Amino acid sequence: MNVNVTVNGTAHSVDVEDRTLLVHLLRDYLDLTATNIGCDTTSCGACTVLLDGESVKSCTVLAASVDGQSVTTLEGLADGDRWHRVQEGFRTKHGLQCGFCTPGMVMAAVSLLEENPAPTAEEVRHGLEGNLCRCTGYHNIVAAVLEAAQGSVTR
Amino acid sequence: MIPAPFDYVRADSADAALAALGEHGDEAKLLAGGQSLLPLMKLRLAMPAVVVDVSRVAELSYVRADGDVLAIGAMTRHCDVARSADVATHAPLVAYAAGQVGDPQVRHRGTIGGSVAHSDPSADVPAALLAMGASYVVRGPGGTREVAAADFATGFLESVLAPDELLVEIRVPSARGEGWGYQKFTRRAIDWATVAVAVQARGGDTAVALANMGSTVVRAAATEAALANGAGAADAAQHADEGTEPSGDVTASAEFRRHLARVLTRRALAAAGSMNG
Repeated sequence: MNVNVTVNGTAHSVDVEDRTLLVHLLRDYLDLTATNIGCDTTSCGACTVLLDGESVKSCTVLAASVDGQSVTTLEGLADGDRWHRVQEGFRTKHGLQCGFCTPGMVMAAVSLLEENPAPTAEEVRHGLEGNLCRCTGYHNIVAAVLEAAQGSVTR
Repeated sequence: MIPAPFDYVRADSADAALAALGEHGDEAKLLAGGQSLLPLMKLRLAMPAVVVDVSRVAELSYVRADGDVLAIGAMTRHCDVARSADVATHAPLVAYAAGQVGDPQVRHRGTIGGSVAHSDPSADVPAALLAMGASYVVRGPGGTREVAAADFATGFLESVLAPDELLVEIRVPSARGEGWGYQKFTRRAIDWATVAVAVQARGGDTAVALANMGSTVVRAAATEAALANGAGAADAAQHADEGTEPSGDVTASAEFRRHLARVLTRRALAAAGSMNG
């Protein structure tokens, strides 16, 4: 079937099998491979992207279901050479170890800050419950998101 | 992992969904937010020939305070239920339970109607709705019927919904200003409840519903009876697992579930009582 979807601001029209998952549309049809497939069971959050601005797990959304909608992946986050404040926060606070969970963590954090621009550390931890870091590097991830939230206040 | 092949049908209205169900019969499966169904399809535990996607039926996404009844459209997402001012006012137990489902990503996709129709005994929202005495409006080819929450689930992932029927609305009698409590035990934050307990006070009576203490969500009848007979909360909670049939699995033995039901019921009753009606 044909799916019309805007990804990172660019309109695409893609022919996919009806059973194609959103994450495969992104990775295999559009070559946007920042979005990782981790557990593939709606648990780890590595495949998190924004659908019309809200975080979803792209391994658990049909590509067909997003026809007419907008998707943002990690590749679409920066404004030219200027990183998104959440990316900047992860860099400043070293919010990653192996980096596999990072794209999903960043996208989940962007959605979290959209809904709660000034979260407490506890609210960040709850807000990232859907994302697992197998390195257990949560401390710096929380610090990174708090750093990004502060940036939003001062800018 | 990808699902087995199927034909995808997008329904943009309740009528279109019913027409698709009528055409494809029990070959078809309704897809709401897909946060339970798609994982089952990826594991090939569900292999429908036709998937009828109702997730974007806009006419079924709403919250309306209608006198003493709160009406919630079946395709209202958990995140929208959790942050609705009307739900917070009339059914704070439901708002809280909706906020406990899965994780933020799941709540951005999953819907109240999908959760109810899926009839998972460990699900948060159906337990809350059972404690609130909700009812479910079901549309089929012959018209509309209303089913009490207590009569809806018939077994593990099974309900009274016929293959040609669509759950369209959840109706909740307002419990404005009444005490409530919700307690959930999980190994990890995102897990389904090992056991959960929903308590709703209403006009001097107290309803207690249990998640994952049997093949459906169930009322803690013995605890409710003890409370009605004047027992204190702590004593009544000791009866929470009576008449239930919890199973043992990798997360908990049946005995541990019984223990959890008693402890969580005590805590949920205390929370409800501390609100002082």
